[in-house]
Amino acid sequence: MNDFNTVIEISNLNKRFKSIVAVNNLNLKVLKGDVFGFLGPNGAGKSTTIRLLLSLIAPNSGTINIFGNSLKEHRKMILARVGAIVEKPDFYNYLSAYKNLEILAKISGIEVKQTRIFELLELVGLKERYKSKIKTYSHGMKQRLGIAQALLHDPELIILDEPTTGLDPFGMKEIRDLIIRLSKEEKKTIFLSSHILSEIEMIADRMVIINKGSTIVEGDVKELLNTDSLKVIFEVNDIDTSKSVLENTKWYKKITSITGNNLTFTLEQNEISEINRFLVEKEIAVSAVIPKRSLEEYFLKITSEAN
Amino acid sequence: MLTLFKIEFLKVFKKWRTYIGFIAVGVLVPLVHLAMYLEGQNSLDFITRDLQNSFLLVGNLLNGYWISYIILNVIAVHIPFLITLVAGDLLAGEATAGTYRLLITRPISRMEIIISKFLAGFAYSALLILWLAIMSLGLGLVIFGAGELLVVRSELIIIFDKTDVLWRFLLAYGFAILGMTVVCSLAFFFSSLVENAIGPIITTMAVIIIFIIISAIDVDIFRMVKPYLFTNYILKWRDFFNDPLDTNQILNSIFVLSGHIITLFGITAIIFQKKDILS
Repeated sequence: MNDFNTVIEISNLNKRFKSIVAVNNLNLKVLKGDVFGFLGPNGAGKSTTIRLLLSLIAPNSGTINIFGNSLKEHRKMILARVGAIVEKPDFYNYLSAYKNLEILAKISGIEVKQTRIFELLELVGLKERYKSKIKTYSHGMKQRLGIAQALLHDPELIILDEPTTGLDPFGMKEIRDLIIRLSKEEKKTIFLSSHILSEIEMIADRMVIINKGSTIVEGDVKELLNTDSLKVIFEVNDIDTSKSVLENTKWYKKITSITGNNLTFTLEQNEISEINRFLVEKEIAVSAVIPKRSLEEYFLKITSEAN
Repeated sequence: MLTLFKIEFLKVFKKWRTYIGFIAVGVLVPLVHLAMYLEGQNSLDFITRDLQNSFLLVGNLLNGYWISYIILNVIAVHIPFLITLVAGDLLAGEATAGTYRLLITRPISRMEIIISKFLAGFAYSALLILWLAIMSLGLGLVIFGAGELLVVRSELIIIFDKTDVLWRFLLAYGFAILGMTVVCSLAFFFSSLVENAIGPIITTMAVIIIFIIISAIDVDIFRMVKPYLFTNYILKWRDFFNDPLDTNQILNSIFVLSGHIITLFGITAIIFQKKDILS
């Protein structure tokens, strides 16, 4: 059942391509204001799901409700409130960036002022190249323009499929900051599919991991990542002394591996500082503490279990 | 809808391939005019050599009308190939470029997309024929002036008074637009099936060539099929140069060609409505 707070609700969604099952009884719910991480290994059905959400393809069965309305029955009304990047950013190569945005605005049925287009081009760092034809753009520039076109009509829901692909680290950070700003300040709902797990970990509130077209786990990012204990690597200056001081302590049995000068422990969150203090007191220099308990590990664990 | 049509029209005319047809006509037709200016009288004498034995031909027979009629006869068969270059790209071009995603994720219906694209293809076809009319008839009248039109058929010769010709040309060009719209519809239909523009262009050309060959070979089995081939009706613009005008035959041709357009567009629309966009 839809409530006011639900932006996307997918129920028992199925999509087959001949004998290949791309989406298999998928269920998920995206709440208003969420930055919703959409994860899954290659071929898990992420892009197919996004195409279904945007009515690029039709499901074999199941329902998609967006803003509380059936996508099938209220497609135009829904798409007027949705901005999206689907896979790689493609534009009309023989037109300029400005002309592309102008055309897309007109197709969207909105009166977009020249200033709005320049504002968006400035936001994504392409204002200087507004006259250049897209065929002269790099992949990263097209990706930025993809973000601009998704925001053109000021949508409430933004669906981003790998938005930072092809960007340099500086550009990736800019886009991440933009997503956070859109979510926090402009209260947009963001549906974010990404292969960069640290990105999801950094900016998503809730997430779903899918595999073979089905939901494996869905929930609050922080809650999901806190369900198990953490793996933490302590990089020490003297591995032999470290081993001997740790022997006969409660910490020793928590060591999961020793590699070079690295001691890897399985710990609870509050134990990290405790063990660090213990090592320092024993005059062992700890040059780095690296938590390994990340989304990447969680993702690998969850998806390999499902396989 | 008008906005969408304008956008599609702009997209068509921002592509280099669109101008190939205009350039081809723009180069070829003046060349024919030049050749006629230099050698036209010899050509006319050759065509009328048997007539001159029995009749005295007076007046300006080497005129803009006659040359335009010759050009239309020769070029009209080749114009479909220029139409397919653009029409075959209308839908498949979006798939190749990946821009279907931009279009279909906007708040417009697929039917609006297909109608606006088809209208852009129709506008291109009409403009190309209009350009042919300007280059052949317009330029021909400027260079050679008006005069009686001599139409030589296998069984008869008709000479139209110069005051009785222009309207026939206008209707013939109008009919040619209808014929080229069938070609446009066929290429548009093939364009909806694939994700690369080369396929629809080659397939449409292949269909036209096969149909023309079947129409040209005079054997019983092909004679039976001939009334069902649209290529057979595309050249029926010549019916406007009959005296008297066979209105029923012209209306029948218009009906058949319009039927082709409606059917091909209808099938394309159904395919496009159900198409999964995977490009």
